[in-house]
Amino acid sequence: MPDIYHFFQMLVNGLNVGSTYALIAIGYTMVYGIIGMINFAHGEVYMIGSYIAFIAIAGLTMMGLDSVPLLMTAAFIASIVVTSAYGYSIERVAYRPLRGSNRLIPLISAIGMSLFLQNLVLMSQDSKDKSIPNLIPGGFSFGPGGAQEVIVSYMQIVVFVVTVLAMWGLTLFISRSRMGRACRACAEDMKMANLLGINTNNVIALTFVIGAALAAVAAVLISMQYGVINPNAGFMVGLKAFTAAVLGGIGSIPGAMLGGLVLGVAEAFGGDIFGDQYKDVVAFGLLVLVLLFRPSGILGRPEVEKV
Amino acid sequence: MSREILKVSGLSMRFGGLLAVNGVGLTVKEKQVVSMIGPNGAGKTTVFNCLTGFYKPTAGTILLDGEAIQGLAGHEIARKGVVRTFQNVRLFKDMTAVENLLIAQHRHLNTNFLAGLFKTPAFRKSERDAMEYAAYWLDKVNLTEFANRPAGTLAYGQQRRLEIARCMMTRPRILMLDEPAAGLNPKETEDLKALISVLRNEHNATVLLIEHDMKLVMSISDHIVVINQGTPLADGTPEQIRDNPEVIKAYLGEA
Repeated sequence: MPDIYHFFQMLVNGLNVGSTYALIAIGYTMVYGIIGMINFAHGEVYMIGSYIAFIAIAGLTMMGLDSVPLLMTAAFIASIVVTSAYGYSIERVAYRPLRGSNRLIPLISAIGMSLFLQNLVLMSQDSKDKSIPNLIPGGFSFGPGGAQEVIVSYMQIVVFVVTVLAMWGLTLFISRSRMGRACRACAEDMKMANLLGINTNNVIALTFVIGAALAAVAAVLISMQYGVINPNAGFMVGLKAFTAAVLGGIGSIPGAMLGGLVLGVAEAFGGDIFGDQYKDVVAFGLLVLVLLFRPSGILGRPEVEKV
Repeated sequence: MSREILKVSGLSMRFGGLLAVNGVGLTVKEKQVVSMIGPNGAGKTTVFNCLTGFYKPTAGTILLDGEAIQGLAGHEIARKGVVRTFQNVRLFKDMTAVENLLIAQHRHLNTNFLAGLFKTPAFRKSERDAMEYAAYWLDKVNLTEFANRPAGTLAYGQQRRLEIARCMMTRPRILMLDEPAAGLNPKETEDLKALISVLRNEHNATVLLIEHDMKLVMSISDHIVVINQGTPLADGTPEQIRDNPEVIKAYLGEA
């Protein structure tokens, strides 16, 4: 039975890609859950995260520091801090002044912000691909060998473990902490939360910061795994993560996690069956199918009109 | 002579050509239950919306403990201790009963992120106090056994009571209830009446009430203000209002 190994290989690849989609999808879904807008600049936030990681690693290496744990930690911390600052500023500059206006207006502002950030990086970093070293090379394999070998790189394991930890931390934060409680209250009824004395501006800013931080985590992981970054990468990754969020049920955090994994696995198997060039077709086709039969996504709830 | 918690005078609210509220005045003294009554569409809820900052009144003054609050934003007025309920229940339905009560204490708590991360003793103490206060009020409204049920799954009367408990969490200076008995059965209305009495007698709450249930209004109010078509019609004790021919006319029409 040779297929089982191949199946495992596809599953590993799918979960690998899917967990990074899930990390980025959280940013879309949390912002939507709280203020009901799609932050189209989120893909660019991810892209900036990858550049910050690149700059941190390149900078430290130039200074002669090349210990892997140090570089890893530095890349994560620098990327998370700077990217969160971007997330916060984007909300402050481009969305907060428009709050309360027609739904389309912040959407246009988001698209503008996305173009601005892309061009900002194009101007400061030029349009060529930059390569980023994989700090954790190697891997292991099992299976009888040859075509039936299942290869798992250490980086893939790191991606999966870090994603699970981040999701676990986020879930704890939302369900247990005071700010998490405030987030849930705002998502349900922003006006009432405000009347009860919760500073809703802070809560909204926090969701942008959390989304950006998780996108930064994904950015560091994906960039190291693939070794290349460029200023246009945010678009496709953002689109996929957005698809994952909608697939899982936009507004739902477990939905985004599940949607990301389902999308990643579907892409891996779809690409394998129909050929790699069709994997995006499979991904977006799956979205269409799910939306046809469950318009609110896998874990989403049917929209109830607020009175 | 007890303190005047809320003193409204000459309050008017105009929507374009429609004068919805015209020169309404009312005074709520400390530990009083004051009711505002009037036929449907009289402008009672509009008055509430002006008092809580949902609308900016066109004219008039609103003094909270002597301080002018007209025209302030909703959350600013809320922070000064004016809390309200709405005609429809506005609980956080997906959150548990006790979480609904904890959330209302949010701004009284130390929400410092680092303190939360490291769970400092001060943070833990404030968390414990908040929980105890919530438990105390859950008990007061007889909902202790439902503490961990999502608020949306409670019976309607229970949701109403939980909402009042949530208001009390913010330690309000004045509690404003917009038709709290609407949709309640007679038993639940009795419970509500008892609860409002407890609030006043044991917790020194000051209450401003909009209500259509005349039996409830007459039995718990210290003072009643009647509004008809946006203008003040009468003002007095329950006995005075009951016997006022103008009020009877407004409610029943002329014979």
